[in-house]
Amino acid sequence: MALERYLLPPDGADWRSLTAYRQTGGYEAAQKALHSLTSEALIEEVKASGLRGRGGAGFSTGQKWSFMPKPGGPKPTYIACNGDESEPGTFKDRQILERNPHLLVEGLIITGHAIGARAAYVYLRGEYVTAFNTLVGAVEEARAAGLLGPGHCGVERAFDVHVMRGAGAYICGEETGMIESAEGKKGQPRKRPPFPAVYGLWGCPTTVNNVETISQVPAIVRRGANWFKTIGTPTSTGNTLYGISGHVNRPGVYELPFGTPLREIIEVHAGGVRNGNRLKAIIPGGVSMPVLSAEQVDVRMDHDSLKTAGTLLGTGGIVVMDETACMVRAAIVIARFFRHETCGQCTQCREGTAWLYKLLRRVESGQGTMADLDTIDQIGGYMEGQTICALSDAAAWAATGFLRRFRSEFEAHVTGAKCPLPESFEP
Amino acid sequence: MSDAVLTLSENVKQAILAEVPKYPEPRSALLMALHFVQAEIGHVPISVQREIAALLGIRPIDVREVVTFYPMYHEHPVGNRNIQVCVNIACALAGARKIVRGLEQRLGIRVGERTPDGAYSIEEVQCLGSCGTAVCVQVNNQPFIENARPDRLDDLMRTVG
Repeated sequence: MALERYLLPPDGADWRSLTAYRQTGGYEAAQKALHSLTSEALIEEVKASGLRGRGGAGFSTGQKWSFMPKPGGPKPTYIACNGDESEPGTFKDRQILERNPHLLVEGLIITGHAIGARAAYVYLRGEYVTAFNTLVGAVEEARAAGLLGPGHCGVERAFDVHVMRGAGAYICGEETGMIESAEGKKGQPRKRPPFPAVYGLWGCPTTVNNVETISQVPAIVRRGANWFKTIGTPTSTGNTLYGISGHVNRPGVYELPFGTPLREIIEVHAGGVRNGNRLKAIIPGGVSMPVLSAEQVDVRMDHDSLKTAGTLLGTGGIVVMDETACMVRAAIVIARFFRHETCGQCTQCREGTAWLYKLLRRVESGQGTMADLDTIDQIGGYMEGQTICALSDAAAWAATGFLRRFRSEFEAHVTGAKCPLPESFEP
Repeated sequence: MSDAVLTLSENVKQAILAEVPKYPEPRSALLMALHFVQAEIGHVPISVQREIAALLGIRPIDVREVVTFYPMYHEHPVGNRNIQVCVNIACALAGARKIVRGLEQRLGIRVGERTPDGAYSIEEVQCLGSCGTAVCVQVNNQPFIENARPDRLDDLMRTVG
């Protein structure tokens, strides 16, 4: 099937204004959904499309919506749209926010109809200044055109979109950490149950969806679930935004169908490994996901294929490393990140992230022992499945993933009492 | 920096009050309020934290625990240009460490410090969401400086200003 883009504008096209967006058929899907589809029919259509969340966990979007109480309940309901995008290696939502903001607004209007929401709160990471200004501009334009606010799009129900900013904490990309933060508190995740569909923003039923997830919805409404299912694989449907960075010639964000081979993304779209160097390692979906070795480059980029390969799709943020890169140093960079970002609530995570970083530093310096390598594995085991949120699991997967996949290189640091790749990038 | 107690300006107060009605609870405006303050005076001193607490009907400690939890807020003054260099994986692979070291040498300060004239400070930050255009540098809360290169420090400093 020919590649068809529906998330990002073609290179050089500017779809940021309401006029330009409307010329592409923009807001027709919102009109169709609000005037000719019931909330139930809309949820069924999205379920049938197979749409899965693009924030990392890959949960069925239609199913998530169906967990919300029927409209007309005692409490207002909300959309919390996650634009915190802080997973290292991930820079895809920013493309939508900066280049096609009305697509997100239209998706929010449709989602608001599906779950009967009073308003959507879009939580953007604080550093995304350009994205914030662009999205706020689009929201104001939409409000002035009657697409938001009281009587929006010609229906009785009021619906509005508010954009808010985080302040640099990775943990606020975790759905309940984000809700706490949006309430003006520290972004420490909540215990579940209750889940956000029951007790979310301000104690009200809330659906949390990623920016890209919501931006998929207008195309599904306009073209139908059956069209959507023709793109991708049977269990990972539609296009997605793969971000590719690191040692490649053309890093960037590429809109491609799920199931595109990793090799094709690296060699064709990203122009191959820099300087004609040999490929060494690939992180497939943000640094939380276990690393792959070069031998695994023929894996397809979808949920099932990556699971079979021993990792996860995550956010689709691909980080490529060539033969010059030291794997212990890469693990150090990532362990330092998790040590910095742990919110400190759970002991396993607070202590474990610090110990992983310390041990990796020791191994890299040549002072480590073989027992240290086993300790890294052991600490990782203590950190998995024990905590309020998945940050601890991610920190463990990342460190033990590098160790298991590149064990001989870790051992070489111990036996040689120094880094065998002194010319590698520095952590 | 003078010893005078810093207070909320009328402009910032009005911006905060305009933010409050977007939320069912005034406290939700806190993160935006702190951004407004920081955009004006560069940090959020205790004196201003107290005023914000009163404005939003919460305790001063509710404000302080937010200021100290989030990396973007500074309780104490930073340089007029706070140079934040991403050192996470994509930027590390592109030579972020060399950029940090180059800035330290050029400005005569270490990460986390401020030049004596208060003009600059350097911070290491975690992934800014610009991995395709590494190395990414952000000054204060301005749009990103992308594709910074360790061998072009002069260019970077010209952009920083």
